[in-house]
Amino acid sequence: MDTIDQTAMKQGEAEKDGSAPVVAVVDLHKSFGSQNVLNGISLAVGRGETLAVLGRSGTGKSVLLRLIIGLEKPDSGSVRIHGQDIADLALDQMGEIRKKMGFLFQHAALYDSLTVEQNVAFPLLHHKKEMSKSERGDRVEELLAEVGMESALAKMPSDISGGMQKRVGLARALALEPDILLLDEPTAGLDPISSGEIDDLILKLQQEHHTASIVVTHDLHSAKTVADRLALLNEGDIVIQGSFEELQESDIEFVREFLKHS
Amino acid sequence: MTDSRASAAADMSALRPGPPTLPASSIVSTTGLINQFLEWFGDLGIFFWQVVRAAVTPPFEFRELFRQLDEIGSKSLPLVALAGAATGVVLSMEARFSLTRFGAKSLLPAAIVFSIIHETGPIITGLVVSGRAGAGIGAELASMKVTEQIDAIEASAVNPYRLLAATRILACILVLPLLTLAADFAGLIMGWVAQALVEPLSFHQFINSGFKGADFNDFLPPTFKTMVFGLIIGLIACFQGMRTQGGAAGVGRAATSSVVLSSLFVILADVVLVKIILIFFP
Repeated sequence: MDTIDQTAMKQGEAEKDGSAPVVAVVDLHKSFGSQNVLNGISLAVGRGETLAVLGRSGTGKSVLLRLIIGLEKPDSGSVRIHGQDIADLALDQMGEIRKKMGFLFQHAALYDSLTVEQNVAFPLLHHKKEMSKSERGDRVEELLAEVGMESALAKMPSDISGGMQKRVGLARALALEPDILLLDEPTAGLDPISSGEIDDLILKLQQEHHTASIVVTHDLHSAKTVADRLALLNEGDIVIQGSFEELQESDIEFVREFLKHS
Repeated sequence: MTDSRASAAADMSALRPGPPTLPASSIVSTTGLINQFLEWFGDLGIFFWQVVRAAVTPPFEFRELFRQLDEIGSKSLPLVALAGAATGVVLSMEARFSLTRFGAKSLLPAAIVFSIIHETGPIITGLVVSGRAGAGIGAELASMKVTEQIDAIEASAVNPYRLLAATRILACILVLPLLTLAADFAGLIMGWVAQALVEPLSFHQFINSGFKGADFNDFLPPTFKTMVFGLIIGLIACFQGMRTQGGAAGVGRAATSSVVLSSLFVILADVVLVKIILIFFP
């Protein structure tokens, strides 16, 4: 089981021996007005590894993901992607980093004026300009087939269910073959069968693409299924990081309470 | 603080949520109002700088620009032409009544032509586009903002200032003079029709008499001043839309404030522009 300091230390050692984590968060602080959301979080995720960030609603899990992809700026601390600190980057420079990242939003955030096909084609249209129209079409079909949505090509986002929207969002996140996948509540609001399907899909994608993934969720079952490690967040701090078994063996009261009610 | 850090901070502060309109609440002090207005104006300036910087650096979003030219331009054309035509009819009727009283009825075509091309055509176009496109842009971007679609664009490594704001603002700047020509044309035609119905007069005679003594200085500066109107409408609507927060109510507020503020600033800008035109094109 790793403490925050141990994680930061390991990360430093990894940077020295050239095996730096793909995503490294060090002593991250974030507040909105007088409300402290994150109080010095540190974590690291390596290539092919999946970290699930668990916690109660409103504990800053989604804010953490938004900080990692640069949609929010931290008050202090750093986020390093492939060893590069993103704090000093302008929008276009950050864009270069984001090409290596895929983000699934909690509510999918599909472009509602575009069809499913156009949504998935959006990143390709902007960043793979060398692709011909037919190549792009083939790639979109391939991505949608991967998430089991190939029959919904021409549909509008408003015409498909929440679970389907998440699948399409996942296909869009994978369009540029990212090294890093950030998934914000991928199973929230879904029925158990759809949740299971999404979990299976995430596992399949991890096996095939070997991405470093951070999955934010409050669904312990889902976290246990898809993650190599779990981090439990409470009041802006990581209470514990480790495997599910390590969490089960923990004496920390909040951990026991969380596991009991999950 | 490095330049890039400053620009990143500017990115955030330009879109920092805040009151979209000047608050009128009686409990807010005058100083507070002034501070809020200055803050709003400062954020607008930072937003404008971000858009300019995004607009002049590749990749250029031509596809989206053409879509916006169609959306803002051709779809506003019928409305602008109708408003111009109605104005022409009203001007013809009102001017006939006034000029007849003062024995200057022969000046009627010139009064109509000069009124329309100097002021009525441009300002009517500005206000109609402000109402139609301003509300449309404000509501569309606000809706995208509250449903995280703008974040999704950014997360897809696409600059939303370039894709969403620069294209819409540029489209507004380019279409306003063209729409003004349409409003002028419709106004002149209907002004002539309204006059010809009362007193027979050929279109040829109407135009010859109306444009007598007119030159390009009467026509070009008032037409091209609408590019400034376009800048104001596009800029304010994009700014209000992209800084929205608060769900459906926020979308409504963004649409309303886009129209109110852009109309207000178009009228204020017109005062300044008319003075400038009178100085440089006497």
